[in-house]
Amino acid sequence: MTATSSDRTRIAIIDYGMGNLHSIAKALEHAAPTARIEVTNEPARIEAADRVVFPGVGAIGQCMEELHRRGLDEVIRRLALDRPFLGICLGLQALLDRSEESGGTTGLGLVPGQVRRFPEGLRETDGAVLKIPHMGWNQVHQAPHPLWAGIPDASRFYFVHSYYVQPDDPTRVAGRCHYGLDFAAAVTRGPLFAVQFHPEKSQQAGLRLLANFARWDGDPRPRQS
Amino acid sequence: MSLAKRIIPCLDVDAGRVVKGVRFVDIRDAGDPVEVARRYDREGADEITFLDITASSDQRETMVHVVEQVAGEVFIPLTVGGGIREPADIRRMLNAGADKVAINTAAVHDPDFVRVAADRFGSQCIVVAIDAKQVARDPDRWEIFTHGGRKPTGIDAVDWARRMVANGAGEILLTSMDRDGTKDGFDLALTRAVADAVAVPVIASGGVGKLQHLVDGIVAGHADAVLAASIFHFGEYSIHEAKDYMARQGIEVRR
Repeated sequence: MTATSSDRTRIAIIDYGMGNLHSIAKALEHAAPTARIEVTNEPARIEAADRVVFPGVGAIGQCMEELHRRGLDEVIRRLALDRPFLGICLGLQALLDRSEESGGTTGLGLVPGQVRRFPEGLRETDGAVLKIPHMGWNQVHQAPHPLWAGIPDASRFYFVHSYYVQPDDPTRVAGRCHYGLDFAAAVTRGPLFAVQFHPEKSQQAGLRLLANFARWDGDPRPRQS
Repeated sequence: MSLAKRIIPCLDVDAGRVVKGVRFVDIRDAGDPVEVARRYDREGADEITFLDITASSDQRETMVHVVEQVAGEVFIPLTVGGGIREPADIRRMLNAGADKVAINTAAVHDPDFVRVAADRFGSQCIVVAIDAKQVARDPDRWEIFTHGGRKPTGIDAVDWARRMVANGAGEILLTSMDRDGTKDGFDLALTRAVADAVAVPVIASGGVGKLQHLVDGIVAGHADAVLAASIFHFGEYSIHEAKDYMARQGIEVRR
């Protein structure tokens, strides 16, 4: 089934036992009131959806194990480049080749690159030592992409993470953030869009991103409007 | 361009109503928690914290309903504290829509609870709340107290913060019992001692009476976030005014 911009678009939120999916479901309901939203761990139901959200918090080692145990890793590999697909937080990190977390973890390999830990002793420009996790509202500098429609550049989004992604191909970076170092806050590949921050906790900017996703046709080329 | 310092209004909730006074004395009614949370969200709060100060089992469900209602319409991080004693309490609050829980007394009774909770739910949602009181000067020393500041424990506050972070706490909510409700400002020496001792973010709490206190907590206290209740509840200042004030002092805030 291909994605459409129909009002009754079906959105599956992948439930694999990692973290609290209520927030993302509630935010999607609010941002896209006519969408049919389902939190599910069943591959068939995920396959039947027009769009897929891949959330997650916690440790990536356990995340990959849970995905594999439930047969969801293959589902994600199949669907992520097939229809509008939104990765959030750990759902971004798991898309890369490899993470330093959990003693070195192999990811899904959908976006070539690495996941690294923020180094100890990072400092702000004023010399203050930066706390890890990177927690709170930080600015995202956009590269043109339809999912940023209506969201001013450098808007703040809510982050909480200790690892960041580093795609090999810089053109895959759809948004950049700075915390002691520059890192990718959003990554794109075809109909796949994945963010390090939590749109479901990022008030207006986050809700707009979710609303954009709920009606996105999966074409990553920026629109002329 | 960097991470914004956070302003977190705190709602002390007793039997489904927002209250705030000098802690446990002279409690004033400040309204319906859902209404208040909605207003703070509109004004630009970066997060909202609910503290269930009744913490009696028959009122626990009231808090769950409050969180459910707020989480359905306020899309910023929500923290719930008070009466979080076992994993089932955490699960219940996360399911209701909370993003983090604050663990206080239960961590003192069983320090391993924080480790278990962080392993199961992730450090990002485990805040350890520390209520500290000064017990010595030159050198300064603070001890942690439980049961809303009534029960001394003999545990050093800075050591305790370090230990809780080692056990998996993702954030520390640090309240000065000496300052709470006084409007004299944060205990800056305490805040700085804890903030400098741990690698995770520290939220300063207790004593805010004017906007300069928020600035002091960040600049002199080295806090990553500032929490306040009464200055916002009774309309003395809006969150928006607080952010304008902080921005004018050169502090990065979300606007």
